[in-house]
Amino acid sequence: MQAPSPALSVHDLACRRGERLLFRRLSFALEPGAACHVTGANGAGKTTLIRALAGLMTPYAGEVRREGALGLLDERSGLDPDLPLGRALAFWFAVDAGNAPQAIMARLRLEALAEVPVRYLSTGQKKRAAFARLLGQAAQVWLLDEPLSGLDTASQGLVSELVREHCAQRGIALIASHQPLDVPGMTHLAIEDYAPSDEAEA
Amino acid sequence: MLAQLLRRDLAQFFPFTGSGAALPVVFFVAVAMLFPFAVGPDANLLARTGGGVVWIAALLAAILPLEKLVARDIDLGFFDQLKLRGLAEEAMMAVRLIAHWLSFGPPLVLATLPAAALLKIEGETLQILAVGLLVGTPGLAAIGLIIAALTASLRAGAALSGLLLIPLALPILIFGAGALARQDQISLGFVAAISLALVAIAPFAAGAAIRAAREN
Repeated sequence: MQAPSPALSVHDLACRRGERLLFRRLSFALEPGAACHVTGANGAGKTTLIRALAGLMTPYAGEVRREGALGLLDERSGLDPDLPLGRALAFWFAVDAGNAPQAIMARLRLEALAEVPVRYLSTGQKKRAAFARLLGQAAQVWLLDEPLSGLDTASQGLVSELVREHCAQRGIALIASHQPLDVPGMTHLAIEDYAPSDEAEA
Repeated sequence: MLAQLLRRDLAQFFPFTGSGAALPVVFFVAVAMLFPFAVGPDANLLARTGGGVVWIAALLAAILPLEKLVARDIDLGFFDQLKLRGLAEEAMMAVRLIAHWLSFGPPLVLATLPAAALLKIEGETLQILAVGLLVGTPGLAAIGLIIAALTASLRAGAALSGLLLIPLALPILIFGAGALARQDQISLGFVAAISLALVAIAPFAAGAAIRAAREN
């Protein structure tokens, strides 16, 4: 993580899903070490925001600026369902030239599952596997979409711990979640504050 | 990263290692096996029509792997993750094209030997048939990849891809099977040229298609 300092900022961002404007005039800037918790009801545009930030979706208006490698964790793990977990993760560790896969597996309590095909894993286990992939990537900017859904209490604590460590290493984390996270100094962004007003929509 | 990706894609699609990937080859041989039962054991008739049947079997076999070729990895978020690592969609699709062809082209050419024996195709005709399939299958693979990428976000994509592949594959079929009837090499040159053009276009067309599929 000796690379140039990461940054993530948006200016005057507006995103649509289909014909519907989800949010507009959204601006924020995250410095190295910052964590931001995005909240909003289902369909308010959290996932769309994250995909726009990741460059996977073109925003309707405004601009996104990002520095540093991006790591994305969403409901899709990117792991081959037919492969044993160990081999499915090994692909990503090899692509990312990941540091210490063994340590990462141990950290997320996945060692015992290494021989189990990914499709047999439970939701929470899949989520932990996706975290293993994310850690192996050693990205400076984390975009986490519902990282806590499906996880048990112990694993939820682990996620908060991982985010705290990530930010302590001058990483940036943007987390969309319905559950609270225990990360000191985390800013809060309610996406509904940027929803278009009714008269503007008419 | 490209080498890693190619190894992964090959493991996915190669016969006997991937998930049910041997099916196209089995299907291909099965069609060649059924044909003599349907038209009778007349060796002359079989030899005259068998080459065309092999080509049609190859074309139909090319449709089978399309369902899983692109849509599955879009649903997995696999391409999203590669994109975040700075890989262009065109590169992903070029690797996919190589893996797809390797997993179905050469096995099909090899399977032509037993198929030809069943259809009494021998000597120079067999040679033209095998060479024709070798240069024609990259074109079929390229068409298949484009269609698989275009239909990936459609629910009825699998059924549609078969219908779309058939008209697009007609030029390859006409020149490939035509080479057999006239026993000439020039038609094979046409097959190779069509294949080359399709292979050159496919990564860009398929890349643009999965980029577009991501936006919705």
